Amino acid sequence: MKEETKKILRIAAAGVLFVLGLVLPLEGAFSLLLFVPAYLIVGFDVLYKAFRNLFRVRILDENLLMTVATLGAFAVGDYPEGAAVMLFYQIGELFNDMAVEKSRRSISSVLSLRPDSACVLRPDGSEETVDPYDVAEGDIILVRVGERVPLDGELIEGECVLDTSALTGESLPREVAVGQSVISGCINLRGVIKLRVTGDFEGSTVNRILELVESAGNKKARTENFITKFARYYTPAVVGLALLLAIIPPIFDGQWANWIHRGLVFLVVSCPCALVISVPLTFFSGLGAAAKSGIMIKGGNWLDALSRLETVAFDKTGTLTRGSFEVTQTEARDGDSDRVLYLAACAEYYSTHPIARAITEKCALAKAPDNAEEHAGGGVTATVAGIRVAVGSAELMRREGAGEVTDKAGTVFVCGDGRLLGSITVKDSLKPDSAEAVGRLRKMGIKTVMLTGDNDETAGEIGGKLGIDEIHARLLPQDKVSVLEDLLAKKDKQGSVAFVGDGINDAPVLARADIGIAMGQLGSDAAIEAADVVIMNDRLSKLPQAVSIAAKTMAIARQNIVFSLIVKAAVLVLGALGIADMWAAVFADVGVSVLAVLNAMRAMNAGKKDAD
Amino acid sequence: MKRTYTLKNLDCATCAALMEESIRGIEGIDDVSISFMTCRMVLEGDITAAVIAEVRRRISRVNPDTTF
Repeated sequence: MKEETKKILRIAAAGVLFVLGLVLPLEGAFSLLLFVPAYLIVGFDVLYKAFRNLFRVRILDENLLMTVATLGAFAVGDYPEGAAVMLFYQIGELFNDMAVEKSRRSISSVLSLRPDSACVLRPDGSEETVDPYDVAEGDIILVRVGERVPLDGELIEGECVLDTSALTGESLPREVAVGQSVISGCINLRGVIKLRVTGDFEGSTVNRILELVESAGNKKARTENFITKFARYYTPAVVGLALLLAIIPPIFDGQWANWIHRGLVFLVVSCPCALVISVPLTFFSGLGAAAKSGIMIKGGNWLDALSRLETVAFDKTGTLTRGSFEVTQTEARDGDSDRVLYLAACAEYYSTHPIARAITEKCALAKAPDNAEEHAGGGVTATVAGIRVAVGSAELMRREGAGEVTDKAGTVFVCGDGRLLGSITVKDSLKPDSAEAVGRLRKMGIKTVMLTGDNDETAGEIGGKLGIDEIHARLLPQDKVSVLEDLLAKKDKQGSVAFVGDGINDAPVLARADIGIAMGQLGSDAAIEAADVVIMNDRLSKLPQAVSIAAKTMAIARQNIVFSLIVKAAVLVLGALGIADMWAAVFADVGVSVLAVLNAMRAMNAGKKDAD
Repeated sequence: MKRTYTLKNLDCATCAALMEESIRGIEGIDDVSISFMTCRMVLEGDITAAVIAEVRRRISRVNPDTTF
């Protein structure tokens, strides 16, 4: 029977006995016959843990507090209170556990990819079960039916059919022949297989996927750390006050039972369970909501930083723009633009320059030329269909004797046999949602900055179209870091500065920014590694969505903290004054806990309204 | 080196924090992060078999039900 079910049954049984005890008009000692069993049924594990933990690190934990509070209640004759506190405490705990389990299950399909062990076949034929990290390249491992392949390897024996759905999303099983490679993370379906391991676990496919997905939750937000610290001081403080309350006043007025009762009320409220569970749960839900929208945030602290986003610096090429040039215009003096394009494409056939690639892509019929020569910074010349074709800058045109033309950014001129034939213009086109993303960010009051190595003219054009607040052009890679440093120096102390980029040379800037954001599909491995947030589908419109998810999550966390603290403080004051009894205390405590947890789970729906 | 483990029966958030603090003090461990929600423990440092054994001990001292 599931643990949860067992607990529900215990609570139900104890509940029945408890209600009977309240309802039936029994004399003192007789009512014990109902309340004590109810208490023990629902609370035996709390009592056991309280005793066991006396010898461990966590002496003053909630088990001991509840035990002392409830036994104390029984000792002063408050039998129903004692049973009630234990019963409702366990109900609250069950609810919290179920909420945490539900949240964990939402990512369990990914977590289950992680292999616990690998079965290594030693040269002497013996099988050894080891930690996957301890398997060396070249080792032979055995994977049984139903098991997940723990490391990447080459199939050396066995009939191999794999379920790759967790990794590729494909539901059709894959057959692998001997000699072919088997990827870690897949489930072995048909028969026992032997693999020769081709790499260590750390670099394996399954570990790399897991690290990207799992790295959310590693770095905790300041709020989470604060709550943990707070809880550690709060409990001993309240317990101390409870003792003082129970012992000092009665020395003066002799009303021991009354003051001990108030001390017990304090003990009930001394457990900050609501806070300690609801805050991590809030962040986890927020991170989960972001992940569901395709935004991988690597930790609660970056969620916190996103909510305080003040300035975003964008790399231009590949981030705001598609990153690849496209021919947008071909001009021909004699009107035959197709021919101009054809000649240029043939001449540029071997060139790897981005502009050349755009030209050759546009003209599918291009053929390899003769005598192709690349002139650094100027263009290319080649012999195409007997004609000496030159494609390049105004300088090249001048040298070829084609006359005077004026250089324009993104435009190359084409001449044949010394005669100017026309020009081709290429542009790096904007990503479809860049404008929307920048617009939404500006509406949120976030400043937008563009960083690019490109020239002022192109940068100004793109920046103008998007409505970027600040443009920095003609930057060398190291200049980008300096610009970012400037932005960091100018920012509000609480605000954060983000940088969005995806090139290999963006890694240092990504690391330096408060929040480094990379594109998941086209971004380089180095950028994804250095980034704190990865947008999986490369759509910039995800960024404002991430900010609003972050803001909502932080708001919920703040609500929970304020709410929990206020209610606890109120119960403490009322308890000290003798107005709140143990019933009120346990209801308030469990009630706040349940509400905080429910509120925390609201964060799972953050960002749904903004969904594309 | 960096190693990640999945913890079983990590039932209380305060335990996770205490375990983290305790493990951080082990010689050979540069940093440790335990996430209560994902039940994951990430260890960074010179992780030998002896270090792992000590990590197990310290976890057990906080909560004997938690294993990995």
